[in-house]
Amino acid sequence: MSSETLVEISDLNFSYNTRRILNGVNMSMNRGQVIAIMGGSGSGKTTLLKLIGGEITPSSGYVKVSGQVIHELSRDALFAMRRKMGMLFQFGALFTDLSVFDNVAFQMREHTNLPESMIRDLVLMKLHAVGLRGAHHLMPAELSGGMARRVALARSIALDPMLIMFDEPFTGLDPISLSVIGSLIRRLTDALEMTSVIVTHDVQESLSIVDYVYFIADGVIAAHGTPDDVRASKAPFVHQFVHGETDGPVPFHYPAQTYLKDLQLEKTVA
Amino acid sequence: MPKRIIAGIQRVGHSTIEGIRRLGHATRFFLLVLLKSGTSLRRFNLVIRELFYVGVLSLIIIVVSGLFVGMVLGLQGYETLQKYGSESAVGTLVALSLVRELGPVVAALLFASRAGSAITAEIGLMKATEQLSAMGMMAVDPVARVVAPRFWAGVISMPLLAAIFSVMGVFGGYLVAVVFIGVDAGSFWSQMQSNVDFRIDILNGFIKSCFFGVAVTAIAVFEGYDSPPTAEGVSGATTRTVVTSSLVILGLDFILTAFMFRGL
Ligand SMILES: Nc1ncnc2c1ncn2[C@@H]1O[C@H](COP(=O)(O)OP(=O)(O)OP(=O)(O)O)[C@@H](O)[C@H]1O
Ligand SMILES: [Mg+2]
Repeated sequence: MSSETLVEISDLNFSYNTRRILNGVNMSMNRGQVIAIMGGSGSGKTTLLKLIGGEITPSSGYVKVSGQVIHELSRDALFAMRRKMGMLFQFGALFTDLSVFDNVAFQMREHTNLPESMIRDLVLMKLHAVGLRGAHHLMPAELSGGMARRVALARSIALDPMLIMFDEPFTGLDPISLSVIGSLIRRLTDALEMTSVIVTHDVQESLSIVDYVYFIADGVIAAHGTPDDVRASKAPFVHQFVHGETDGPVPFHYPAQTYLKDLQLEKTVA
Repeated sequence: MPKRIIAGIQRVGHSTIEGIRRLGHATRFFLLVLLKSGTSLRRFNLVIRELFYVGVLSLIIIVVSGLFVGMVLGLQGYETLQKYGSESAVGTLVALSLVRELGPVVAALLFASRAGSAITAEIGLMKATEQLSAMGMMAVDPVARVVAPRFWAGVISMPLLAAIFSVMGVFGGYLVAVVFIGVDAGSFWSQMQSNVDFRIDILNGFIKSCFFGVAVTAIAVFEGYDSPPTAEGVSGATTRTVVTSSLVILGLDFILTAFMFRGL
């Protein structure tokens, strides 16, 4: 495995309006690695992927992909960079006016001059990898949630990018598809020497395929390490997350005033 | 009390500023669409696909409405003209009303509610379901790939639909006046032919419909692209497309008419 750094995130800050989402995040991702990002719901994982893809701009700090600071790129340079990135959106984001086949073929048709016969072969190969070759003629509205997600996955790897970001690729998959997709991500990463970033809640599946894990909480990296570090970790935060315990430092609730106040019970208590 | 007055003034000020901001935003977006039209022109099959959805699917409503508007014009025109013994001029009346005014204006109003609303809803939903973001992440510009083809399809369809509307209207007038009521066919057509001028009437009507086409589709694509990514956002944007387009069509029609026919 080469240890060349592909993505470098340094002291990244980001707020939506006045709400701080990320608060000084540092990460580094190497070529050939599968990296998991975990964290509670609403902790800013999707936001982090959008920052890497250049869809939103950090308030300070930077994301570097193959040595270039993403938010300082010109529009053309950013688009050139994005041709080498793939992104699986959390909700699939398939083009609803195109068939499954055309969805996967979309980037090949937009960015390459490949003959239609070759596009056909490539698309069927990608669909075969996610087990949906037989569904190539369906429209997105005719797919189940898990199937749509797998098509979106096939689309995100269509041009064999050097960096792929998967936003919750395992959600809505049965255990069998889940491990097939998991090992597919692993095999692709190894074969193409690319970097995969997986945002996931599926601790067990991801620990078995990833090289490195980052935990996000309160806008910072709360813990990080290899899967073995994580399993052995005594840190209360990691322990709680890996074992899915309700009691511990990770809050389940979105920040709010006290429950009593919200239910207007405080006055009578006081 | 003064507090409420101040709050009222603030609201007026706020909505004025907000309106001007949106207008500036819309103008910028319009220029952006023009700037990024290269892809649509190079890959014209993208536009042709939209022409089907925007133009061909609007045909039925345009044909049927044109026919009925023409029939009503024929009936009303005949009733009034026969009082002066000039019922043979009914052909001229039908044709001039349609070609100069009703053709472009009514076709544009129908187009706004049939095709404009569909464009807004489609683009708005694509935005709400992150399809536009996904396209951007695939290094394909959604303005060039999604917005511009729809814009050009609308601009091309509108004058053609207005022309079809006028033709159907003239045919409707002919049906009522000549076939049902019995006005002489020869004078119906010859009067029409000698009184409708190609440059003054037909060309000006055509120019009007081009303006309306640009206005309606520009509003429709902007509202769609600018809509908040929620269900209410998209439905609000669709309504705004129809309302704004209709007002703009009528206002623009007055201005264009004043310029074109003032000397007549
Ligand atoms: N467009 C937006 N405008 C304002 N706030 C937003 C927006 N998108 C996300 N947020 C806020 O940013 C925070 C982080 O959101 P994000 O989508 O990154 O969470 P996440 O870690 O991906 O959560 P999940 O696991 O539930 O998908 C959330 O608290 C959310 O309220
Ligand atoms: Mg998320």
